[in-house]
Amino acid sequence: MTETPNLNYIKQLADGSSSFEQKILGIAKREFFEEKKEFLNNYNNKVFAKTAENVHKLKHKIGMFGLETGYKTATDFEEELKGNNPSLYPKFIVILDSIEYFLKTI
Amino acid sequence: MNCIIIDDEETARAIIQHLCSQVEELEVAQDFPNAIQAIKFLNKEEVDLIFLDIHMPDFTGFDFIQTLKNPPKIILTTSDKNFALEAFEYDCIVDYLVKPITLPRFLKAIQKAETAPSAPSVSSSTKSTDDTIPSENSSEENDLYINIDRRLIKIDIPTISVIEAKGDYILIKTDKQNYTVHSTLKKIEEKLPNDLFLKVHRSYVINFKKIIDIEDNSVLIEKDVIPVSRSNRPELMKRLNLL
Repeated sequence: MTETPNLNYIKQLADGSSSFEQKILGIAKREFFEEKKEFLNNYNNKVFAKTAENVHKLKHKIGMFGLETGYKTATDFEEELKGNNPSLYPKFIVILDSIEYFLKTI
Repeated sequence: MNCIIIDDEETARAIIQHLCSQVEELEVAQDFPNAIQAIKFLNKEEVDLIFLDIHMPDFTGFDFIQTLKNPPKIILTTSDKNFALEAFEYDCIVDYLVKPITLPRFLKAIQKAETAPSAPSVSSSTKSTDDTIPSENSSEENDLYINIDRRLIKIDIPTISVIEAKGDYILIKTDKQNYTVHSTLKKIEEKLPNDLFLKVHRSYVINFKKIIDIEDNSVLIEKDVIPVSRSNRPELMKRLNLL
């Protein structure tokens, strides 16, 4: 994975408003950790239809943090999961881990 | 234009709220994490525009649109480009925004909403609590909406003959069809007119007008023999127009 998460989109939206930036980051952080947990739970239980829904929701966060290739991987993974195929999991979990590290260190 | 936002993702709702705040003539009346809550709101309030997420658990954006009698303008918001074709089947949908939404693209959508032919402001034809959703509008007081497989199905209340409790579900028998709904007898009883329906047994509510005959501790409704409990019998007898 060559791309790294960034705040370009959020900063562009905030247009200098640090209060909005903090607010949206706070919500996104909380939701991301909840969504990742739910994703892992459903994935580990092999409930792939639900896992696909989790990936769909996480896709927005992946896009928000500027991961364009990651967004495409998520889209492909979501489609695969709908057909009960989890083969893109190793690629997808790397994306989630990079966002998690990013959110924990900013 | 006043608008509402429906999205199960809080981040998305906060972003759309923020984008709306950039447009002077746009006022967000409220935002909702699911469509059912929005339906309740639309029973009481009118809006000009709805930002609607398509992909929501339990009740999708398209399911929601189908519950609206006169939908206002709708801008779809989604992380999925695949729904674009389906979106064009609805006249009320003025644009389709793919998340993450940027300000320039958002402004373009608002411009489209402003110039699109005006749709009448909407009052939803439904009001919700759980899976049984009665209409609140006086002209539609005979309607009851039930949630089955993520769709709200309208039932004409006078066509209901019997409602039977079946564990966590109720079986609603109508002239045309039977429906199994995740709800309780108590909840549906509250939504039915007292002068038409009567609880005759802990597991049965009957439509009084559908009684064919009464014998001992049972009533015949259509082809069903419904038990009448001893405690409910006096109320049943009181309501009969006995010769």
